[in-house]
Amino acid sequence: MRVIEVEDLYFSYNGRTEVLRGIDLTVEKGEVVAIMGENGAGKTTLIKHFNGILKPTKGSVRVLGMNTKTVPVSKLARHVGLIFQNPDHQLFAETVEEEIAFALKNLGFDDDYINERVNWALKFMKLEKYRKSSPFTLSGGEKKRLAIASILAYDPDIIIFDEPTIGQEYLHKQRLADFIKYLASKGKTVIVVTHDVEFVAENFSRTVVMANGKIVADGATREVLTDPEITKRARLIPPQPTQCALLLKDLGVPERVLLDSELVQSIVSLLKHSMIT
Amino acid sequence: MSVIVSFEEYSFKYSGTTFYALRNINLDIYRGDFILLTGPSGCGKSTLLRSINGLIPHFYEGEYTGRVIVMGHEVSKSSTYELSRYVGMVFQDPENQLFSSTVEREIAFGLENLGLSKEEMRRRVDNVLQILKIENLRHKSPYELSGGQQQKVAIASIMVMEPEILILDEPTANLDPLSALELFELLARLNREMNITIVIVEHRLELITSFINRVLLMDRGRIVADGAPEEVFLERTSKLLGIGVPKVINVYLQLRNRGIEMDRPPRKPEELAVQVRRLLQRRSSK
Ligand SMILES: Nc1ncnc2c1ncn2[C@@H]1O[C@H](COP(=O)(O)OP(=O)(O)OP(=O)(O)O)[C@@H](O)[C@H]1O
Ligand SMILES: Nc1ncnc2c1ncn2[C@@H]1O[C@H](COP(=O)(O)OP(=O)(O)OP(=O)(O)O)[C@@H](O)[C@H]1O
Ligand SMILES: [Mg+2]
Ligand SMILES: [Mg+2]
Repeated sequence: MRVIEVEDLYFSYNGRTEVLRGIDLTVEKGEVVAIMGENGAGKTTLIKHFNGILKPTKGSVRVLGMNTKTVPVSKLARHVGLIFQNPDHQLFAETVEEEIAFALKNLGFDDDYINERVNWALKFMKLEKYRKSSPFTLSGGEKKRLAIASILAYDPDIIIFDEPTIGQEYLHKQRLADFIKYLASKGKTVIVVTHDVEFVAENFSRTVVMANGKIVADGATREVLTDPEITKRARLIPPQPTQCALLLKDLGVPERVLLDSELVQSIVSLLKHSMIT
Repeated sequence: MSVIVSFEEYSFKYSGTTFYALRNINLDIYRGDFILLTGPSGCGKSTLLRSINGLIPHFYEGEYTGRVIVMGHEVSKSSTYELSRYVGMVFQDPENQLFSSTVEREIAFGLENLGLSKEEMRRRVDNVLQILKIENLRHKSPYELSGGQQQKVAIASIMVMEPEILILDEPTANLDPLSALELFELLARLNREMNITIVIVEHRLELITSFINRVLLMDRGRIVADGAPEEVFLERTSKLLGIGVPKVINVYLQLRNRGIEMDRPPRKPEELAVQVRRLLQRRSSK
């Protein structure tokens, strides 16, 4: 089932310059998609169309069959959770736990369920000790995790992350990646905007690349991130194992290496081979 | 080498919290250091940086013991204005740093207090716009920029002041990979050619590692490792704290576990590739 259908989308903030210029994109239920690309490419602008806060200047966006131009944002919000690039745009409550409870209350859930979800989210994002703290006294990474927690708590069908790995060390990224996989296995659709090439290489099977208001690549992450033409055009730097494999191409190391474990494999077999001959 | 910043038995607790965000910090930073400050989220990295430029204790309330000395000035006894002549800080959240109506004014703002001539101001503004490749944003409002564009403007507005000590709190969080790399190259040039001291908080270990001379690893308010990058990344603590290590170091470690030993841990893909070739030559000449 198609949950997001974008057709020939154009968008302009000021009526003069178009920052999205003919976007076509479909996302299926249960898919996990990474969106990458240079600063100012239009990634944030695009995903703000998925929960209706921005409306197309031309073309259309349909989410779960609903046209975002005619359906109220409040109705979309029930199904689509968007975690903002800058958590300060999202956080406003007095305490961390109120922040997480806010959307749940708005959606009319009963207190027991709200409590359960708040506790779960605090625990999952490792924020328990800040339950009663003001969101504005948290560290940068903690704020980001709170912004994520407050969306995950109400369990929307489509979850959109704008730069979720900011301020997160490897361990937190890994927990997030594992959870994203879990969400997908439960039929949720997850879209992640990120500059983190290695996070994408290790965790996403599909990657969309934007440049200058357009989609310039959309396909299997392995094909996309190991293609020097694409990475160059979108100001991406391939993962280190990919770069190294390219440098050793003449020795017979395969070209489309993505992960460190794959590189180790091919170096080991290279050395074995050289022992025999 | 001369000490440019030193922490002496320094501890700090934010008011309203129950635990110390920094505990017994003893640290000397030398002129010309290019330091990566890393550690799990919430370990105290931003707090440490704020203690250098005087935001702590002058703006953030709390309790402290011990002292921090920056170029001979005790931070708690110097105004942030005075300190800003030596220390420039790029904040973790770029948008909070921006307030002017155009990018150009934003960047020129800090200069107005330095008593420079109009020509010198213009020269400096033009120069940072060019080196950060944001000339096209000159007349835009900072609020109408993408996350990465805002971050570049925030960096420009500090660099234009030409401070001797530059502290940057995750300056590349919103930058595309190539822009991040370009920023690191620029910092490395400032460090090498003008002996600017740099302390940077950064999670993109794979890109920064080849530029730094020293890593400080923090955990729960303490500095738990301090040394050359390879040293710290190969230590078990990095693994335990889950900060991750650059992928080339991972490859080095995995090969070592299989009995394949390289001369030294690589800092970037090029070095790893060279080492692999060397291994091959050695084997085939046996
Ligand atoms: N509120 C706004 N008003 C006017 N122009 C804007 C606004 N927000 C963004 N823009 C412009 O639209 C273009 C696309 O911005 P967008 O935020 O979608 O980029 P992005 O791909 O998310 O970039 P980044 O990786 O830096 O976050 C940029 O050129 C930006 O300057
Ligand atoms: N203004 C504040 N008031 C109260 N507590 C604070 C304040 N700022 C930070 N803290 C707390 O102090 C501790 C250290 O925070 P700090 O911001 O220095 O961490 P950090 O290492 O920079 O983390 P991150 O990588 O997530 O930015 C955390 O527990 C944080 O919640
Ligand atoms: Mg963006
Ligand atoms: Mg911080």
